[in-house]
Amino acid sequence: MTCQRIDTQGNQLTFASIPPNVGLKAALAMSRADIIDTVRDSKLKGRGGAGFPTGLKWNFAAAEKGEPKYIICNADEGEPGTFKDRVILTDYPDLVLEGMTIGARAIGAAYGLIYLRGEYAYLRSHLNHVIQARRDAGLLGQNIGGVDGFNFDVIVAMGAGAYICGEETALIESLEGFRGEPRNRPPFPVVNGLMGRPSVVNNVETLAWATCIFAKGADWFAAIGTDASTGQKLFSVSGDCAKPGVYEFPWGITVAELLAQVDGADAKAVQIGGASGRCVPRSEFSRQLAFEDIPTGGSIMVIGPQRDMLAVARNFLEFFVHESCGQCTPCRLGNAKLLEGVDLLAQGACSDEYLEDLKSLGQTMQVASKCGLGQTSPVAFLSILEYFGDEALGRTPTVQTSEASR
Amino acid sequence: MPITDTDRLRANVLALTEQYGCNRSALIPILQEVKKAECGIDSEAMQLIADVLDIHPVEVHSVASFYAFLQPELQGRYIIRLCRTLSCDLQGKDAVATALQEELGIGFNETTPDGVFTLEWAACMGMCDQGPAMLVNDTVYTRLTPAKVAEVIKECRTSLNAEVRA
Amino acid sequence: MTQRIPLERHRAPVSQLGQTVPRAENPEAIGAMVSVVIDGIETKVPFGSTILQAAESVGVRIPTLCNHPDLDMAGVCRICVVEVEGQRTLQAACAYPITTGITVNTHTRAVRVARRHVLDLLLSEHYGDCYTCVRNGNCELQALAEEYGVDEFRFGHPTAPVTETDESSYSVMRDMNKCIRCRRCVRTCIDLQEVGVYEAIDRSNGTRISTFLDKPLLDVVCINCGQCINRCPTGALYAKDETDAVWKAIDDPAKHVVIQTAPAPRSAMGEAFGLEPGTPVTFEMNTALRRIGFNHVFDTNFTADLTIIEEGTELILRLYKALVEKDASVALPQFTSCSPGWVKYLEHFYPEYIPNLSSAKSPQQMFGALIKTYYAEKLGLDPANIVSVALMPCSAKKFECNRPEMHDSGFKDVDYGLTTRELAKMFKEAGVDVPSLPKSDFDDPFGTATGSGVIFGATGGVMESALRTVIELVTGLKVEDLYEHADIIPVRGFEGVRYAEITVPQVGPVPEILAALVPNWEWLKGATLKVAVAHGTANAKKVMDNIKVGGKFSECHFIEFMACPGGCLGGGGQPIPTTAEIRAARARAIYAEDKAYSVRKSYENPAVVRTYEEFLTDGPCGHKSHKLLHTDYTARGKHIS
Repeated sequence: MTCQRIDTQGNQLTFASIPPNVGLKAALAMSRADIIDTVRDSKLKGRGGAGFPTGLKWNFAAAEKGEPKYIICNADEGEPGTFKDRVILTDYPDLVLEGMTIGARAIGAAYGLIYLRGEYAYLRSHLNHVIQARRDAGLLGQNIGGVDGFNFDVIVAMGAGAYICGEETALIESLEGFRGEPRNRPPFPVVNGLMGRPSVVNNVETLAWATCIFAKGADWFAAIGTDASTGQKLFSVSGDCAKPGVYEFPWGITVAELLAQVDGADAKAVQIGGASGRCVPRSEFSRQLAFEDIPTGGSIMVIGPQRDMLAVARNFLEFFVHESCGQCTPCRLGNAKLLEGVDLLAQGACSDEYLEDLKSLGQTMQVASKCGLGQTSPVAFLSILEYFGDEALGRTPTVQTSEASR
Repeated sequence: MPITDTDRLRANVLALTEQYGCNRSALIPILQEVKKAECGIDSEAMQLIADVLDIHPVEVHSVASFYAFLQPELQGRYIIRLCRTLSCDLQGKDAVATALQEELGIGFNETTPDGVFTLEWAACMGMCDQGPAMLVNDTVYTRLTPAKVAEVIKECRTSLNAEVRA
Repeated sequence: MTQRIPLERHRAPVSQLGQTVPRAENPEAIGAMVSVVIDGIETKVPFGSTILQAAESVGVRIPTLCNHPDLDMAGVCRICVVEVEGQRTLQAACAYPITTGITVNTHTRAVRVARRHVLDLLLSEHYGDCYTCVRNGNCELQALAEEYGVDEFRFGHPTAPVTETDESSYSVMRDMNKCIRCRRCVRTCIDLQEVGVYEAIDRSNGTRISTFLDKPLLDVVCINCGQCINRCPTGALYAKDETDAVWKAIDDPAKHVVIQTAPAPRSAMGEAFGLEPGTPVTFEMNTALRRIGFNHVFDTNFTADLTIIEEGTELILRLYKALVEKDASVALPQFTSCSPGWVKYLEHFYPEYIPNLSSAKSPQQMFGALIKTYYAEKLGLDPANIVSVALMPCSAKKFECNRPEMHDSGFKDVDYGLTTRELAKMFKEAGVDVPSLPKSDFDDPFGTATGSGVIFGATGGVMESALRTVIELVTGLKVEDLYEHADIIPVRGFEGVRYAEITVPQVGPVPEILAALVPNWEWLKGATLKVAVAHGTANAKKVMDNIKVGGKFSECHFIEFMACPGGCLGGGGQPIPTTAEIRAARARAIYAEDKAYSVRKSYENPAVVRTYEEFLTDGPCGHKSHKLLHTDYTARGKHIS
């Protein structure tokens, strides 16, 4: 596979300019506490969507006494509209492994795992080759980089077709051989993770940026983006735009600016953050993509003016109905009720009263579901109702639906 | 004395435990390999795996049934998974879906009578910028059109014939 | 290239496993207690307590469904959600460990709405008409619907069943239309009992609890212990109901219907009538049984005593063969065989140890064989007209009485095993309020019993009974000389596995009843008898796995196994709910009843003595006993076809 130094639309990616193993070398020359301080100073936040401060996560894990510790690369990229991790793993796998190694040094992990989604099985042997090459070069295995006693190795573990395994505790359950059902938190994986030991789960992109921070400095990273959202972000852009692909922008870019870059300026709406994100209407295109405003793992789906927003809502809810793990009541049954509600709305068979019931259910799901899937699945539906009410509601009944209506 | 299917399966599973370990964390990789080799995970296979890993058969069934790629029922030699999530949907997955059904003569969640192809929906497989996309086992195909679909299926049949002849 | 993930861990899924947050050894230590505020009430709780535990400690009620005190936490039903100030999402009180000072509010608007939604959603899927449901009036979902003011089916309610009830088993019925996916049965069967019959299958709203490949319960390794029934919050799981058949027999003037009652149901029947757990109603129940039409009421303790004689003799013979005749083929340790759940467990999971099982039948089945032979003879009855019913705390007894080999009387030895719950239903149908009735005795010829028969109902009871008899018959001493009040404390209690060593201090003459079998007791002088007790099949597994590798338990001589946690008093036929406190209360009732008996050793039971004199004339383990009171077993293995 040839390495792309530009994104799929011809823009230069920072990753392309990072010389190999410079970051690792710099990190290994520091104390473990300094490594963590560097990440903290950069204010790097998780790139998978949740945006947890990476330095804080590494610090928690470093402070734990349990052994062995694990560093896990979450390559379960399943959020609809997200494909930047695929590109990173294809073209810059060494950056990711380097980041894992730095993280392992920081927290004291002996083992690393890349949880690779089953749909990316074609990347497995590629990653295994890269890992073996690093072993051969003394960058994985025993006494890495000449640091006595720093032993760390990585294996690739495959997912098997479950979006929920992108949730860090479900991912860990899957690694342990169980159904991908998220755990009760607290305690969090940094305290009680894989095999009950302290584990750090980081997104692919987060690890790659960590490497860059050690190669170019925390100050360099912190100077990009906004105050609370430092650095660059990779965005996966698709849908009704002429130039879909992976883009790199600093945090703080507005939706309108992004749309201009990807040639999607006539969009009616943009779904930001995947199916579990917000549906942002034209009227809000001046908003910023940042943790302070609209946070995202980078999934940007452009929805053109000709699209039926109710059909968009349906597509997402169907996704969640299929992907819900099924353990907790609000998500297991709530998503199906919302999907049914969309169908009722499409047929003009949903009473105002029942619509209020569904909205209220959506609110409950957001606070009472056991994990992020159920907590975010109603958001697209609720935001489509809010911003596209004229389109979604008031449809004329196509069929006499005395039984079917509520 | 001929090696029975169960003996062969047990030997395979034990070999897999060499690679993945002989405890619960090996369950999913073992199920994946068995599914790939046998196109399904039947009662004997599940009980055998349960026995080797010292867990209950119903737990094996439970885990297999949870994951889309580990469905235990017998499926085709080639499992075709067409993405139906939004971006691929916007880029025309419906036409591709129709073409697949026509080409194979089956609907979604069905297997061709000759046991060669199974057709399934998939959720976003990370090819959103080049949709519509589908997986055929581990291989991904993007920017699909009905014409491309016919080509892919033909390719599969050809390589299967070659395999059978070899 | 190895792809192993280094390290492994205990099998239970962590999402269902209690996540142990370490607690300080010393509650006075700094950080050992945490200050919390719950609904404005300030309190200190041990570090790592859940919000639910903290709330209980200050009398704040939080509803639960998937939570059960015997099981690890799940946190899946979400009805126990509460607000923890500072957190955007609500937290499951049953699963949230308190590690810092938090402020909890248990009935904010969001919480109340969430709880209603959880109920509304569960009811949108729960098909079942309360009127016709076995748990009407004792259903946790029903109780919460009432408590939270459910007055409409906001998200609909099914009008037709989706699945057929699995009625294949003799003991456990499964109506999955009522299942609320709380996973209690899964946790019970996998974690608590280590049998592994149920798990969640498929995912999302298609998630269902089922057996291996959806096979009928009869065809998988279910041991019929019914622990799942006891913990199911709704009517999804229930025991087979045979009350109609028993009423029919009672109403048939041609039939002579007798019932034997076991000690454990007697200590729990009061619960079905609103009494505190542990209030025995043994003698009131005799009156009640006659009132509803049973012709005779017998005490299973009689055959419990008989079991001790038979099984004790069998043990002595094994020991003689092993120690004196040096016969290496003798299977030791000897395992008790009165728990049909345990027997089936061994038949499935350790069939190679069948020779270790005592060949003695359970008291229920011994009684069945005697009633249709000895008793029929005595009273001049045609056994074909006798309907023999057993009141048991047990769901597995229904399977046991239907085992093909249980026909030694020439007829089906026991016709029906009724659970405590079924009989409570019959009493209520007949308008009989058991606690308010006068007391009356059991019927002769089997009326007399001893305290040692009573304690069979508690874990350790069979062992203690056996030891009381064996010690006295071998040493010639009174057990009271060795153990105060003849209470053999080392084998009592609720610890999962208990072990004791008893050294034989001296030996006496061989009693007449055993004279034909052993010449003297010299060979036991100074010997140390090693015994063990296990209850709940997870503990049985520990002991069996230890025996397999030649561990400490392989050197035991006699081991008591009970399938159900707590022993029979925790059986699958007992009143619902079950908790450790309730089981402890039932145990106290049983041991109190034992103390009240004047005769507390099986071999002193006059009815037992008479039975050997009149009927089982070739003595314990003799030909006649073997025919009627002993049985054999079936190597089932765990393979499911």
